[in-house]
Amino acid sequence: MIEEEFDAIVVGAGMSGNAAAYTMASQGLAVLQLERGEYPGSKNVQGAIMYADMLEQIIPDFRNDAPLERHLVEQRFWVMDDTSHTGMQYRSDDFNEARPNRYTIIRAQFDKWFSRKVREAGATVLCETTVTELVRNAKGKVIGVRTDRAGGPIYANVVVLAEGVNGLLGTRAGLRKMPKPESVALAVKEMHFLPDEVIEQRFGLQGDEGCVIEAAGTISRSMAGLAFLYTNKESISLGIGCLVSDFAQTRESPYVLLDAFKHHPSIRPLIAGSEVKEYSAHLIPEGGYKAIPQLFGDGWVAVGDAAQLNNAIHREGSNLAMTSGRIAGEAIIEIKGRNQPMIRRNLALYKTMLDKSFVVKDLMKYKDMPDLIHTNSRNFFMTYPQLMSQAAQNFMRVDGTPKIEKEKATTAAFIKARSRWGLISDVVRLALAWR
Amino acid sequence: MTMAVTKLRVEEKLYQNRYLVDPGRPHIKVRPHERPSANLLALTHICPAKCYELNDKGQVETTPDGCMECGTCRVLCEASGEIVWNYPRGGFGVLFKFG
Ligand SMILES: Cc1cc2nc3c(=O)[nH]c(=O)nc-3n(C[C@H](O)[C@H](O)[C@H](O)COP(=O)(O)OP(=O)(O)OC[C@H]3O[C@@H](n4cnc5c(N)ncnc54)[C@H](O)[C@@H]3O)c2cc1C
Ligand code: SF4
Repeated sequence: MIEEEFDAIVVGAGMSGNAAAYTMASQGLAVLQLERGEYPGSKNVQGAIMYADMLEQIIPDFRNDAPLERHLVEQRFWVMDDTSHTGMQYRSDDFNEARPNRYTIIRAQFDKWFSRKVREAGATVLCETTVTELVRNAKGKVIGVRTDRAGGPIYANVVVLAEGVNGLLGTRAGLRKMPKPESVALAVKEMHFLPDEVIEQRFGLQGDEGCVIEAAGTISRSMAGLAFLYTNKESISLGIGCLVSDFAQTRESPYVLLDAFKHHPSIRPLIAGSEVKEYSAHLIPEGGYKAIPQLFGDGWVAVGDAAQLNNAIHREGSNLAMTSGRIAGEAIIEIKGRNQPMIRRNLALYKTMLDKSFVVKDLMKYKDMPDLIHTNSRNFFMTYPQLMSQAAQNFMRVDGTPKIEKEKATTAAFIKARSRWGLISDVVRLALAWR
Repeated sequence: MTMAVTKLRVEEKLYQNRYLVDPGRPHIKVRPHERPSANLLALTHICPAKCYELNDKGQVETTPDGCMECGTCRVLCEASGEIVWNYPRGGFGVLFKFG
C-alpha cells in the first residue's frame, strides 16, 4: 500500500506514540504512525490525571486548544473499610495558577487532539490498521512492519514500539517477555455524567477547579488494589484496579468490586443521580523498575506502557509514556543527524537519556514497593484499614469510656491483629521500600 | 449472589459501550480441553466483560463479543496454550467514546 521508506514507524497512537511521532515529525523526519483503533483513543483507558509539565515539554502552548476537563486544586487520600473512610486531604488556592500543574482529561478526546497535532507536524497517521508482525532482515535487524491491510510490508529505519501494556508485537518477536500476572493490574472504570453545577456543589469547586479521590482499603477485598474518583467538567470517572494474580487467586469479579465501591456510603452521595455512559477495562503495568525490559535493539525502541514505564505507587503513567516517547524521538533525531545507522549500539543513546530523566529515577526509588505490597496485601488492604477505622471511631465516639482505656484498646487491637513484631517489620519494610 | 444477577449486571454495563463486531472472526479462542485449569476457570469470574462461561460438560467456552481487549485472559492463559489471543482486525472491536 505504501512504497516509500520511512525514517520511523510508530506503532500505536496513545500517549507515548503520539509524543514520539510529534517529536520526530516536527523535526522533519518522515514518520508513519499506525493505530489499530477507528480513531486514536478508541482503545485507550485512563483515570485520568494529565501532568502539564511533561506535555509542555512537547507542545508548550497545549493549553490553547487541548481538551482539558478541570485543573486540580484538591486531592483526597482515603483509607476505607466497609462503612467508613479515614482521610487525608490537601487543597490549595496556589493551584489556581496561570499555568496549572495537573488536569483531568478524557482520553478518547485528548488522544484525538494529540493525534491532530501529530498530523499537523507532518506525520502520516493511519488508523484502523493493526500491525501484525515486525519484519527483520537476515541479520535480525527490524526493518519494518506487516499490517492487516492488503499489501506487503512497510519499511523504516527504526520502529518505535508504543503499543501499550499488552505489547503483542514485542512479546511475539521475543524482544521482551509477556507481563506476569503479578506485575499488571486489571482496572475497571465507569463514566458517570452529572450537570457541572452539581459536581461543583458536591466537591466545593468553582469554574474549572477539580478534585480527585484515591482510595484503598477493604474495597479491594484483601487484594492489592486502589480505587479512584476523578471529577471532569460534566462527568465523574470512577474505577478500581487490583493485581491480576490476586484476581485469579480470589476469583473476585471486577464489576462486583466496582459496584460495591459505588455503593459505599462515602461514595454513593457523590455520584447520586448520575447517568452511566461507559464501562471500560484496561491493564496497568505495576512491576516497577524490576519489570523494565530491554528498551532498544537493532532497529527498534520500546516506550511507555509497552516498556512497563509506569509508576503504580503515584498512579502516574501517561507522563512517563509522554516523556519516554519524546526522549526516544530525540535520540532517533540525533542518531539520524549524525548519519549513523539505527542499530543497537547507537540506539543505546535512548536508554542513556532515559536513565537521566525522572522516569527511571522515580521507578528506581520505589523498586522494592511492588514486592512488598504484593506479599503483604492482606495486611495493607484488609487488616490495617479496618484497624484505622476502629482507631478513628474509638477516638471520636464519646461514650463515657475514659480516654486512657480507649487508647489501650486501640493499641491492643493493632497488636492482636498483626502481632507486635509483624507491625514493626511491616513499618520498617514499608519505610525501606519508600525511601 | 447468583450468577444470573451478576451476569445481568455486566450485560447492562456492556450495553452502554460501542462495539464493531467482526462477524465470524472471534479474536479469542479457547483450545479444546477435558478439564479447565485453575486459571482458565478463574476467567469465568474475573473477565470484566464476562466473556468466559462454563458449559454443562464442565468446560470453559468464550464469546468475546463484549470483550474490552484488556488482556487479562491473555496474561493468565496464553503462555500455557489454553487460549489463542489476538487483537480484532483494525477498526473492529470495542470503541471507547471516553476511555
Ligand atoms: C484505569 C486507568 C487509570 C489510569 N490513570 C492514570 C492517571 O490518572 N494518570 C496517568 O498519568 N496515568 C494513568 N494511567 C496509565 C496511563 O493510561 C498509561 O500509562 C498510558 O496510557 C500509557 O501510554 P502508552 O502510549 O504507552 O499506551 P496506550 O495509551 O495504551 O497506547 C497504546 C496504543 O497502541 C495501539 N496499538 C497496540 N497494539 C497495536 C498494534 N499491533 N497495531 C496498531 N496499534 C496498536 C493501541 O490501540 C493504543 O492506541 C491509568 C491507566 C488505567 C488503565
Ligand atoms: S481481553 Fe479482557 S475483556 Fe476480553 S475476554 Fe479477555 S479478560 Fe475478558
